[in-house]
Amino acid sequence: MTALAALIRRDIKIALRVGGGALIGVLFFLTVTVLMPFAIGPDLALLTRLGPAILWLGALLASLLMLDRLFTADHEDGSLDLIVMGRAPLELACAAKALAHWLAAGVPLIVATPALGLLLNLDAAATSAVALTLLVGTPALTFTGMIGAALAVTLHRGGLLLAVLVLPLSIPVLIFGVAASQAAISGPLSFGTPFSILCALSLVSLVVGPFAAAASLRHGLD
Amino acid sequence: MRLSGRQIDCIRGGRGVFSGLDFEASSGEVLAVVGPNGSGKTSLLRLIAGLLVPAGGSVVLEGGEAELTLPEQSHYLGHRDALKPALSVHENLSFWRDFLGGKVGDVSQCLTAVGLGHATHLPAAYLSAGQRRRLSIARLLVVRRPVWLLDEPTSALDTAGQDLFVGIMRDHLAGGGIIIAATHAPLGIGARELRMGGGK
Repeated sequence: MTALAALIRRDIKIALRVGGGALIGVLFFLTVTVLMPFAIGPDLALLTRLGPAILWLGALLASLLMLDRLFTADHEDGSLDLIVMGRAPLELACAAKALAHWLAAGVPLIVATPALGLLLNLDAAATSAVALTLLVGTPALTFTGMIGAALAVTLHRGGLLLAVLVLPLSIPVLIFGVAASQAAISGPLSFGTPFSILCALSLVSLVVGPFAAAASLRHGLD
Repeated sequence: MRLSGRQIDCIRGGRGVFSGLDFEASSGEVLAVVGPNGSGKTSLLRLIAGLLVPAGGSVVLEGGEAELTLPEQSHYLGHRDALKPALSVHENLSFWRDFLGGKVGDVSQCLTAVGLGHATHLPAAYLSAGQRRRLSIARLLVVRRPVWLLDEPTSALDTAGQDLFVGIMRDHLAGGGIIIAATHAPLGIGARELRMGGGK
């Protein structure tokens, strides 16, 4: 356990320091959200209707932006070799890295959501619905994205490949995340149905992600 | 304790690097892996470290801890230093101590032992190549592992650093450790040589 706690602490520390990139994600999220009203125009009703989808897309792209570094940084400086050799199972080490990534890069997105909701003419109830679905859904984005990050690390310059691999995998999360937010705002569906499926997607990815990523890292050792 | 490899074949990128390689090293012994560039010295070390899968043959450690695998009982000191520039010298070493686990020592003491006692709070980004190497060597000291796999350990070290490292290796051997080192320069310590093939 000390090993995993140390890994989580280290990754968060690196992400929060200069050049770590945790805040870049929030700035990117902000930029994407601010651009939307300019593109769509000042139709407040339309913005409200599209708001949850825009926030979700922004969060998805922002989380993708930083996934690239999840394993490549450790691969480049040789840390990954030592992590593979370590006494902590590689699956758990992968899970710890993804958790640290979510804490450093995912949570700030959720915290920023209420402020960004204002820009999209969402009221308090709607914003909290979106924030809640993001809270439940972003772990799924990180843990499925980790599989792509592990595949990309073994292929050099896999950053673009990562986006192509990961975006299709995040479609279900996007569908049910936006559906749950819409249901909370306008109905007619009950909020519980898509929200439960979103929770299920996250739980599945928490289990599958670390195993798939560890298998990919082991297979790609060189 | 005895580390031995039998009939090891190594294929990388579809090209045979070496085949039918035998080696062995016992407690208190240094095996110096020598040979021209491309002869597979690094590949051999990575293979022992479990970072490459052999195409044939096997590597076994007799007399180690039964419930641990060979990589879990080894230190691998590669070309890359496994240091994070954003973390301080002390933080880098404490992380590896906590992550690698097992029998561990005191971080500050080990930093002093490799001559980095004055720089503990400096971010690793500001270290010179030699200092980075010294910090990697401190990792060997802070966590106790019986098998050391060293890839060009003395590159970038100054004369004083090389002497220091010879002392560190001697202590490790006196404690019953095994060292396998890939090297071009003489290690400055009595070693058995394993000569790798002609670098096809």
